[in-house]
Amino acid sequence: MSEFLQFLFSGITVGSVYALVALGFILIFNASGVVNFAQGEFVMLGGMITYFTYSAGVPLAAAAVFAILVTCLAGVALNKLAIGPARGASVVSLIIITIGASIFLRGLAQVVFDKQLHRFPSISGDDPISIGGATILPQSLWIIGGALGAFLALYLFFSHTLTGKAVLATANNKLAAQLVGIGTNNMMTLSFALSAAVGALGGVLMTPVTLTSYDVGLTLALKGFAGAILGGMGSPFGALAGGLLVGLIEAMTAGYISSEYKDAVAFIVILLVLFVMPNGLFGRSALERV
Amino acid sequence: MNGISVRTATLLALAVIILLAPVLFPSSFYYRVGALIFINGLAAMGLVVLVGYAGQVSLGHAGFSGIGAYACALGPVHLGLPPLVCVALGAAVSGLLAFLVGRPILRLKAHYLAVATLGLGILIYMVINNEGWLTGGPDGMTVPSLGVRSLLKGYGIKVTSSEMWYWISGVVLLAGAFVALNLHNSPAGRALRSLHDSEVAASTIGIDVARMKLTAFVISAVYASVAGSQVALMNRFVTPDVAGFMHSVELLTMTVLGGAASVLGAVVGATILTALPQVLTVFEDFEHVLLGLIMMLVMIFLREGLVPSLARRMRRSAP
Amino acid sequence: MRLTNLSRAMTLTLGAAVAALALPAQADIKIGSSLAQTGPASFLGDPEAKTLKMLVEELNANGGVNGEMIELVMYDDGADANKARTFATRMVEDDEVVAVVGGSSTGATMAMIPVFEEAGIPFISLAGAVVIIDPVRKWVFKTPHTDRMACGKIYEDMNKRGISKIGIIGGTGGFGKSMHGQCVDVAPDYGIEIVAQETYGPKDADMTPQLTKIAGAEGLQAVLNPGFGQGPAIVTRNYAQLGIDVPLYQSHGVASKSFIDLAGDAAEGVRLPASALLVADKLPDSDPQKSVVVGYRDAYMAATGDSVSTFGGHAYDGFKMVIAAIERAGSSDPAAIRDEIEKTTGFIGTAGEVNMSADDHLGLDLTAFRMLEVKNGEWTLVE
Repeated sequence: MSEFLQFLFSGITVGSVYALVALGFILIFNASGVVNFAQGEFVMLGGMITYFTYSAGVPLAAAAVFAILVTCLAGVALNKLAIGPARGASVVSLIIITIGASIFLRGLAQVVFDKQLHRFPSISGDDPISIGGATILPQSLWIIGGALGAFLALYLFFSHTLTGKAVLATANNKLAAQLVGIGTNNMMTLSFALSAAVGALGGVLMTPVTLTSYDVGLTLALKGFAGAILGGMGSPFGALAGGLLVGLIEAMTAGYISSEYKDAVAFIVILLVLFVMPNGLFGRSALERV
Repeated sequence: MNGISVRTATLLALAVIILLAPVLFPSSFYYRVGALIFINGLAAMGLVVLVGYAGQVSLGHAGFSGIGAYACALGPVHLGLPPLVCVALGAAVSGLLAFLVGRPILRLKAHYLAVATLGLGILIYMVINNEGWLTGGPDGMTVPSLGVRSLLKGYGIKVTSSEMWYWISGVVLLAGAFVALNLHNSPAGRALRSLHDSEVAASTIGIDVARMKLTAFVISAVYASVAGSQVALMNRFVTPDVAGFMHSVELLTMTVLGGAASVLGAVVGATILTALPQVLTVFEDFEHVLLGLIMMLVMIFLREGLVPSLARRMRRSAP
Repeated sequence: MRLTNLSRAMTLTLGAAVAALALPAQADIKIGSSLAQTGPASFLGDPEAKTLKMLVEELNANGGVNGEMIELVMYDDGADANKARTFATRMVEDDEVVAVVGGSSTGATMAMIPVFEEAGIPFISLAGAVVIIDPVRKWVFKTPHTDRMACGKIYEDMNKRGISKIGIIGGTGGFGKSMHGQCVDVAPDYGIEIVAQETYGPKDADMTPQLTKIAGAEGLQAVLNPGFGQGPAIVTRNYAQLGIDVPLYQSHGVASKSFIDLAGDAAEGVRLPASALLVADKLPDSDPQKSVVVGYRDAYMAATGDSVSTFGGHAYDGFKMVIAAIERAGSSDPAAIRDEIEKTTGFIGTAGEVNMSADDHLGLDLTAFRMLEVKNGEWTLVE
């Protein structure tokens, strides 16, 4: 029992990290139809900027806020300078652009910062909390809380605010949205800024547990993307559930089957789910227009 | 246009480049870069069929390169097969795997398809990386020699490994281009390309959409596999990186950068992504920043890819 | 019409690429290096590259070797075997280097070996696995201890403490996987029984499931973690979180001060085999390595601001051996340099005393390894 609990805690912690990345993915995807492979770099920027600002003597909380703001700017710049000018390009071209952006940001981080591993202190210390014979770190609770908080905020934003609905309308049908007077460009900018902020928040929360370096982004992007797809690219709930599921599958596989093939099992589950449900667990199918 | 078809023009252009480029080579190292370009170009050509003709995306094709490469590493040691048979074996295994998983995977659309192919590639990579008793694990394994050079030596001809592979991969590239171009003009190719515009429309005029997509998937897997085999035989050493996600991304980028529907574009894309890192080494730490920047700029300003965009501009400016 | 346009476009592209590639450079003695400055092994390649740059500057400022300047030709292979192979060809065919120090990872090293063997260029690898020098190849040498030796050193220490049943949690990267295999291999020689084995991916964020399983193994007396990068730091933190109370052994792959910073209090009591470099200050003055390791450590920290790591030390040893060989040979002929490298005896490097011979292209023994333990946030010598 205590073993199972331990696997569960591990799965939820890691899954929450993936969920934060997945939430970032669907924010941009909903607004622009672009899958942003530079999402992992937002997470990296969140962690790295916080670390370097903090080491320069700035209090941790201020450093974190600063990192999130700078990452927001990076998100807006990505939209204005790369995604915006390429509007109307094919899905594959847009994928290549975001992969280019990811290589660019990683390269920049390696020059501006360094290639070492970094960590800053946990928010509530490192004394593990014991529950039913298993242990969990206070920082893990922060990560889980961060994922739930981000999900809740986005859910309320999309379903209860006019701006949120305007973003969804932009995603659904850009021309129609423009016709009813929605500033679609602003909506796009907002989505990229929010997505970058969620990613950076993930970076700030996870670094005390998982460490950070210039190249942490790629793996996170892959896992987060997988989570978002498993949940059904589109709804915040799907992203949260998908991210958590990928984390749980990994932990349970490592615990009960084989640690060597835990990533493989996660992808096999995703493939099987997609074979049965081509739009993920919670996604709606879209009709192709001819 | 002088009555020369795109097919003949492309084949001639490729043949001329392969034959004449060595005139400019100051050292044997350039043959190596040339060979890598041709090998990558072959894999990218397979993706032209899948991405450019059929409009499907793949983020896992390096997995098939991995199968081709390890077939050449394992076949001679464990099955006692000659290297050339192993190339065929790798291609057969890749094609069969693509055939088996292709149908369920290709039902998926756009990003769902991207993740499914990504997962497939990662699964192949993990098997190669984890089963160290068979594959040598992440440290890789030695690949037996093709034996062509010792054969040539017997006739008194001495060539470096890079030179020999330049010519071998050049010929294979031409053959690959020939097949891809013929496919383009065949009825099957036209059916394939009709999917690119609209699968629903294609199916209403009686095209078996699922079968056409599967055909493209299998062809592209075989191309990637043969490319992987060549890398393994040329380097005589192979590591799991050949099947890695980054290599999949590289192959897709080559395809799209050059112009996803253009066979010549595949070679241009391969040239850029293979030669550029060699040029960028002079920028040391800024190498990756520039590579990312160039990828973004090309896709933003020449979004159909280099060859189609440039060809259009030239046509416009030509009298 | 279209034909000429297209082919013109192609020739131009290719021509431009070729022209940019052909960068003529003339220097006195060229030494090549291909390292994993980025990518999954940048943890190794980064300090190695910085060390080589620093040493070349230092040497040239002091008048070079035999009155000639050294030019360092360095490439970043990202630990990718195919790229490393291409750079190896480039160094031999295009740059025409006389010796090569490099190859951060075993995969990259093994891919480059055939090029240097065929061209006859001496090659000192900085990678760990024993396959690089066993069997001995004419032109290939290496400076780091083999992973097999690290396993032996750890098992010796376990024997002394009466430990015989252990669990292994290894990274699936090249370094971890190779050492994991070697440790399983030599365990019977030391009477060690492995009661549990688990692995983790190089970028994994949490290893508590694997450690929980290992902790549940019958009769467990210690846990060994081969790997480098962030993995060992996270394993160490998870180990403390789970409150596992048997000793934890790390490998020589974590050997830098940053491990202690990253793992924090959890690192207390962790033991590992390492070179003298990490305990430079704590060595007795009579230790022949003392002046070498203190000198390198101070110079590296002054030049880069980073804390020193064992991996940079491997590059230091390799470069110094090549320069000494050029000096002794009195020429920059690759064959002469090779012969002199093979004759290296009594060379005191960061890894220990090196005595090469025709059938030993490593020249180190187990005594060069020190067993270290983390106490009060510092590396200390055991005994």
